[in-house]
Amino acid sequence: MRNFIIPSHDEAELIAEGIYKDLERRIKASPPDVDSVSMASVFLKNCIAQTCGKCVPCRVGLGKLDALIEQLLEGSADGSIVELIRSTADMIKSTADCAIGFGAADMVYRGVLAYHDDYMALAMRKPRKRERIAVPCIARCPAHVMIPGYLALAREGRYEDALRLIRRDNPFPAVCGLICEHPCEKRCRRNMIDDAVNIRGIKRFAYEYAEPTPPPEKAAPTGKKIAVVGGGPSGLTAAYYLALMGHSVTVFERRMKLGGMMRYGIPNYRLPRVLLDQEIGHILSVGIDVRYSSSLGDDFTLGDLTKNFSSVYLSIGAHGSKRLGIEGEGLEGVYSAVELLKGIGDDYYPDYKDKQVVIIGGGNVAMDVTRTARRLGAAKVTCVYRRRRQDMTALPDEIEGALAEGCEILTLYAPIAIDGDDEGRVVGLRARRQMAGEICSDGRPKPVGIEGRETSIPADIVISAIGQDVEDDLLRPGEIRHEGVTVSGGDCVSGPATVILAIAAGKQAAELIDREMGFSHRIAVDVDIPYAAFSDNSACGRSDMTEREAYCRKNDFDEIEYGLEPIEAIQEAGRCLRCDHYGFGAIGGGDRI
Amino acid sequence: MTAKSAGVNTGHGVLSLTVNGRSVEAKKGYTILEAAVSAGINIPTLCYFKELNEIGACRICVVEVEGYDRLVAACNTVAEDGMVIRTSSPRVREARRMNVQLILSEHDSDCPVCPRNNNCSLQSIANDIGVFSRPYAHHVPKNTWNRNLPLIREESKCIKCMRCIQVCDKVQSLDVWDVIGTGARTTVGVADGGTLDDAGCSLCGQCATHCPVGALHERNDVGRVYSALEDPSIVTVVQVAPAVRAGWGEPYGLNMGEQSSVRKMVGSLRQIGFDYIFDTDFAADLTIMEEGSELIERLTHRDEYRWPMFTSCCPGWVRFVKHEYPQFTDNLSTAKSPQQMFGSVSKSYFAEKLGISPSKVFCVSFMPCTAKKHECAIPLFKDSAGRPDVDVVLTTREMDRMLSENFVDARNAPEEEFDSPLGEGTGAAVIFGTQAGVMEAALRSAFFLVVGENPDVDAFSSIRVHDKGWVESSFDIKDTTLSVAVASGLQNTRSLLKHIEESSCHYDFVEIMACPGGCAGGGGQPIHDGKELAFARGANLRLLDESSCVRFSHENASVQKLYEEYIGKPLSEKAHHLLHTHHGGWDFGSLTYLNSYPEDSIGP
Repeated sequence: MRNFIIPSHDEAELIAEGIYKDLERRIKASPPDVDSVSMASVFLKNCIAQTCGKCVPCRVGLGKLDALIEQLLEGSADGSIVELIRSTADMIKSTADCAIGFGAADMVYRGVLAYHDDYMALAMRKPRKRERIAVPCIARCPAHVMIPGYLALAREGRYEDALRLIRRDNPFPAVCGLICEHPCEKRCRRNMIDDAVNIRGIKRFAYEYAEPTPPPEKAAPTGKKIAVVGGGPSGLTAAYYLALMGHSVTVFERRMKLGGMMRYGIPNYRLPRVLLDQEIGHILSVGIDVRYSSSLGDDFTLGDLTKNFSSVYLSIGAHGSKRLGIEGEGLEGVYSAVELLKGIGDDYYPDYKDKQVVIIGGGNVAMDVTRTARRLGAAKVTCVYRRRRQDMTALPDEIEGALAEGCEILTLYAPIAIDGDDEGRVVGLRARRQMAGEICSDGRPKPVGIEGRETSIPADIVISAIGQDVEDDLLRPGEIRHEGVTVSGGDCVSGPATVILAIAAGKQAAELIDREMGFSHRIAVDVDIPYAAFSDNSACGRSDMTEREAYCRKNDFDEIEYGLEPIEAIQEAGRCLRCDHYGFGAIGGGDRI
Repeated sequence: MTAKSAGVNTGHGVLSLTVNGRSVEAKKGYTILEAAVSAGINIPTLCYFKELNEIGACRICVVEVEGYDRLVAACNTVAEDGMVIRTSSPRVREARRMNVQLILSEHDSDCPVCPRNNNCSLQSIANDIGVFSRPYAHHVPKNTWNRNLPLIREESKCIKCMRCIQVCDKVQSLDVWDVIGTGARTTVGVADGGTLDDAGCSLCGQCATHCPVGALHERNDVGRVYSALEDPSIVTVVQVAPAVRAGWGEPYGLNMGEQSSVRKMVGSLRQIGFDYIFDTDFAADLTIMEEGSELIERLTHRDEYRWPMFTSCCPGWVRFVKHEYPQFTDNLSTAKSPQQMFGSVSKSYFAEKLGISPSKVFCVSFMPCTAKKHECAIPLFKDSAGRPDVDVVLTTREMDRMLSENFVDARNAPEEEFDSPLGEGTGAAVIFGTQAGVMEAALRSAFFLVVGENPDVDAFSSIRVHDKGWVESSFDIKDTTLSVAVASGLQNTRSLLKHIEESSCHYDFVEIMACPGGCAGGGGQPIHDGKELAFARGANLRLLDESSCVRFSHENASVQKLYEEYIGKPLSEKAHHLLHTHHGGWDFGSLTYLNSYPEDSIGP
């Protein structure tokens, strides 16, 4: 028999704190097809344990609400119970005395609305359809890259195989190893033990250590001609897969170089051009015809393409800038982020020496511009943002990086006008102090201006980075649009999004185009994935990437991030729980897509 | 520049392990289970099925591995060099016992009334590891299945091992079953929550033969046969499919490669009280006459037909083609299956011979198959008054059940011959029950029909040399080269059909059997959990062919007599009326075709 140790009171509290933390992490790592109704029930039970027992709706109501949900789960209720759950939750929400009660009821209430179909399916005793991809990282990656497979390959030192496996679903392993927002890590099951696996870090590691790996064999020529308009991540992805399927592909690129926002949006210090060029070189090596400086509308029309090609993929991105809509926008020294980064993409680096630069915005592009301005030699760089730091959409690493490089982030100030001198040159930005107001639907508080609390920030240059224009209606990110022989996808459909979403759209578009032309090519790769070795999976720290010292890196455009050390990368890959083998991944190998 | 690799399994081909204190060598890549089994050490399993389902769901196969805190599932953990393993320890036994108790807490354990009583892996494991109590609350899910379907699923018995899903997906490529529901309500059901009628099910029954418990089984139709046996005005006529003789005696330990076991089967059935015990082999020979002549007719008028011609004797395959590849429906031979040919001959020729009305003949067929239960009820195979040609189909398992219900001592049963005239069959008919057998039998007779003399009986054996995938071959018969292909198992079938559609290959004649290995591995055969016996049974059928006096269908004297006395020639008008059909003439979607069963005769 095993010994039980009865902890002292202090120890018990520590253990309880630990369990709370475990619970937080566990919720974070909820699997892709988590059962919403069961979850509502267990969250509610937690709230019932917290009730003080004074007011009726909380003391009695929460218990009854849970009993109703239990009835539903047991299959002993009909459709009317869903309405009773909703209205009871609504009542408790509006009458409970304190947050313990109304917060709990609100959670149930929102759940019933959001997952109404699941509730009704239970009432009708109809089983809910399950997510086909049971592996969280693969499910969350828009391109559904076989992540556990390449982690295991990288761990064994089979870097070339790792790349070949990645490229089956994503032809940009190097780019994504450096700048992907890694949605794959978000629900990583390893969170249930300690922390998500550093997937991006291992991808980067595999690329760094791999010998050049040729692309797979192309399928037999189909004789079909396909035009891709726009050589960004989405267009190049589509071109790569379509070429591998045996079609003859021509890419029409407006600029002098390929890469789209990877070149004209992301600065070199995050994504070195050398690497981007290598990656594009690999894609073009499958045999893709490129027409540079060839612009839709100016040099050719959509009609020309539909006449001469079997199918057209439109992936022209979102390159317009949103206007600030304030006085002084036309002054000399006012630029948009897109303009600045576009110039830099073509190797035009303006001199900001001794200049005071103000950036407006709080997203990743604002951070790119802030840190770029610093590197261009500016004397002072201030990013002005109308909400709080925690409300910024930029990745926390980017914000920290900017601060470390000596940039300022002035939060809770909204621009109201740009001031200029008599010669029409910028002298400063006027901004009004904001306060955090009610929470909006996106979970962030609405900024509310405080009248009479204005300030002026001196500036020689003002750069707006408040978002790009979309040249089409908004659709769900990653979705593609299909009309006649023309398919469109990427930023131009989804709105400005991420590289991996653009890649996913390109891949989907390639499949769709292939299918529409009557083929069913599959991009396959002959890589044998190492078996999952048993492990107790005891808790182990996550290895993060490190960066060059801010004092040095702020002066140049060289890469700032260091990849993982081999010993770190191997430990990190070994942290992968192999959800492709354990859990439901065992059925269909986790790769059933 | 390379980083040091993680260095697991550095050995070359062989691993050294210590299992229960013994040094054991195992092949690299073996799981702990495979390593233990190869060293003669048993580890209990439940959900595991070799190569089909190695998912570690039931946790019965857990073992202790030195250096690890948690117990390890032996079935899906690869053994590593130097592992020290204990397959039985207090901790392991306790864990196995509790997991079985958890499974039992959701399982309808009313064993005596279950068709799998005494042949159930859960039952035997519970007993083997000493589960004598059920400490957890017993909550058994309700059954909501339509009991009129030929295939019955009992939710109350399902242990969610997922084997049915795997066999339907990996072996049969149909995905009829899927995981449904989420969280603790995860279970198995018809994919997308639909019904079996809409799911494209071939009714092959492979899910039932791979089920470790009684959750999937055929509809029990035994009661209807007893009613007919008790009616003095009814003449009961039995036919026994070729593959049944390769499976029925397994519970009795009989050697079914010997003719004596076939005679014991007849002797056993006689004791139940059937009036005439005939052989589907007779109808198989008849099928060869019709289908072989049809092939020659199609070959002489090539342009009028679609190619290749497919066999049509397997109802699982016919259902598959109608649902998955309807463009090939017209390629099916118009010949009825042997079962249905037998049915129509028994109710015409034989009824006339007896001088009784066909309505007084009750045709019972013993089949290795669950889909045959559906086939016999298809409206096309009924007369104008709605009377079916074959009244009831019982599986091999139901045959054994009838024998046990009547306490027939099959092992020591008297050896008797099939009755005449529909009891005569040749060796060519016996091999209908195994993969490539129909093709071989057809080629033997086609050769005779074209050349005028018999070929060497083993001239076409190249078509049978395989146990996986599909095989193609070609044979020169006089001035014609005949290209043929054979597939069994629907995943193999799908890849063969894909090959036919996508490549420029040409086949004249293709044999398809829905079950892997053909009828010998049929969904109605006896179940031996964990074993695939199709090929061993098939080998016995080959032995029976070899020991047959007559090995060519066209030499079946009773068949010749049937033509002389009744039908005339193959493909004659009468033959068309009695022995051929139109496969497009029935609706795929309805599985509840029934030969008017009274409600109370439908068993569990």
